[in-house]
Amino acid sequence: MTFYEVTFYVLAVVALLSAILVITCRNPVHSAIFLVLTLLSVALIFLQLQAEFMAAVQIIVYIGGIMVLFLFVIMLVNLDVAVRQAPYNRQRWIAGFAALVLLAEFTLFIYQGRDWAKLPPAAAEAVQPNTELIGRALFQNYILPFEVASLLLLVAMVGAVLMAKQR
Amino acid sequence: MNQNYLSSYVPILIYFLLAMGVAGAIMLLSWLIGPRKPTPTKLSPYECGMLPTGDAREPFSVKFYLVAILFILFDVEAMFLIVWAVVLRQLGMYGFIIMSIFLFLLMVGFVYEWKKGVLDWAPRQSRRG
Amino acid sequence: MSEWISRHPELLVAGLKAGVLIFVLLTAVAYMVWFERKLIAHIQSRWGPYRVGPHGLLQPLADGLKFLFKEDIILTNVTSRFVYLFAPFLSLALALLAVAVIPFGPEEFELLGTRTGLYVADINVGLLFVLAVTSLGVYGVVLAGWSSNSKYPLLGGLRSAAQMISYELALTFAVVGVLLLAGTLSLREIVDGQSGTWAGFLPRWHVFPQFVAFVCFFVAGVAETNRTPFDLPEAESELVAGFHTEYSSLKFAMFFMAEYAHIITTSLLVTILFFGGWLSPFPDTAAWNFTRFLPSVLTAVLALLFFRDAFRLTNQYHRVLTFLICMGLAGLAFLLLHPTALVLAQGPFWLLAKTGMFLFVFVWTRATLPRFRYDQLMAFGWKLLVPLAVLNVFVTSFVVAWRAD
Repeated sequence: MTFYEVTFYVLAVVALLSAILVITCRNPVHSAIFLVLTLLSVALIFLQLQAEFMAAVQIIVYIGGIMVLFLFVIMLVNLDVAVRQAPYNRQRWIAGFAALVLLAEFTLFIYQGRDWAKLPPAAAEAVQPNTELIGRALFQNYILPFEVASLLLLVAMVGAVLMAKQR
Repeated sequence: MNQNYLSSYVPILIYFLLAMGVAGAIMLLSWLIGPRKPTPTKLSPYECGMLPTGDAREPFSVKFYLVAILFILFDVEAMFLIVWAVVLRQLGMYGFIIMSIFLFLLMVGFVYEWKKGVLDWAPRQSRRG
Repeated sequence: MSEWISRHPELLVAGLKAGVLIFVLLTAVAYMVWFERKLIAHIQSRWGPYRVGPHGLLQPLADGLKFLFKEDIILTNVTSRFVYLFAPFLSLALALLAVAVIPFGPEEFELLGTRTGLYVADINVGLLFVLAVTSLGVYGVVLAGWSSNSKYPLLGGLRSAAQMISYELALTFAVVGVLLLAGTLSLREIVDGQSGTWAGFLPRWHVFPQFVAFVCFFVAGVAETNRTPFDLPEAESELVAGFHTEYSSLKFAMFFMAEYAHIITTSLLVTILFFGGWLSPFPDTAAWNFTRFLPSVLTAVLALLFFRDAFRLTNQYHRVLTFLICMGLAGLAFLLLHPTALVLAQGPFWLLAKTGMFLFVFVWTRATLPRFRYDQLMAFGWKLLVPLAVLNVFVTSFVVAWRAD
């Protein structure tokens, strides 16, 4: 096994394990920490795939921004009380059944589509600094989505203010 | 895969492991060497010498929440700016114009927040420069 | 095992360099505390640490030992022991990590048969790496505040988190200004892009065209490290000690080590982004060649100062120690005259000299400025720094784009 494969499997296992811990932890802040760990391992997988910029965005925006917001919300609504009530306990069997069905479905799809999803062999050497490629692709080929993104951000901003002000 | 690329990150991994080792060793040391004479008072939260009253978990201002949301939105913008800044010289004036549109829309949102008082943390009458 | 290592000498080299850097950084952190106490004392017409070692030079050691022998208290009502212990660990580990990508000089040297440079890791997105690690710094604070389950830490943690994310924006926007000029995310290339002079004497450093960005970056950097005048998270008059109120012994010290490591990182980064990193401020011409001996000369001067002190001090042990330090510095001064060392030391010397200047400013502001009120702090960040940095990006990009066409 090459170093490349070892790192991939380690990261994948960490990502999956911590993802499982996110939903099994009773303490919401522990869940949040494990979600951070999941996102971090995904970021490192991006890094391994030479998508340096994506990895940085994953860390800066998701972990440094969105997860901080999650933590704020957990603290804001005092989830300690909510945890003791364990609201979804009775649906455990139904949930397990649904998850199994979903798993079977996914396995089937992936199995059927295994040829279709084959990727071309990767270039031997990294083409060039990856960030520049993203930049050029984004600002030359995908200008409309880019500008729409600013609209989306604007809407989100206004929405956040409206929601907070109604209280 | 490109081994050369990955190998530039290996030193960081080694460094991080070492840094974690140092931090862990420091914690272990203080736990091993420090004396332990716990008393109930010593182990209670500090409240300026008074008996602790009530729960520490109290709902706090929604402002913190709003600031976090605003931060995420601007952080996404900042990420766009970083990629754009790296390639601007290749894009030229065209790049400047598309980013101006983007920035303009976001600044509209920013001004809206400003006017709505999201960025003000003090009550109106006590606010001074 | 040993055979495997001999086949991969670069791993051993990386480990060695990492170990040296961590050791140097931790020592620098310890002496940063000494420097701060000493400088503030002198600003306030006091002597500061003076008893432990000559000029209090062994004070950090004494402090460390004292921390070590203090009781390690874990409150009975902490919300989660895991998080409570994890917070200082994370703070320190991340604070140390950010320095891993800082290049200290352009020169390469031979170590164990491998050619290697004056850095731990040379990645082509170094700046993104530093930004990413900085953005994680908020977790140590929030988790410490939350897990203590006590009122002051919780309030301090929240305040601190909101402050850090707010100023992180200003920081990132200020960096964009530099990126527009540099066109690369590699710290090494950013420094290289600043070589040369304008009009024959003014170095092409980014401070001059990007002065606004520099101010934004430095102010935001001070705020990011929770230093005065932005030290509300630990405003002792209202929050006791903020997020680390309930921590004792070395765990308490770890938060401080993290803070000082952040100060050093920020200063290094300011130097690299705006002040030409390891580049000498003097033009690269034959007439200025003598400045290459500055590292050696300055070390010699320092040795002489210690030599004078060795006779002036009254305490016998201090005299002996001062004399030993003097000898060490004199040896170093001679070593720096060696042709290889002379070339190799240029980069780190200038980088560290400029960084030291910013460390001085960090302490200076602490000794001079009073603390902000929280609403003023948020207003300053959001209503002044962010718009200013965005405006700077706008203007700079216009000029860059106009020149490119």
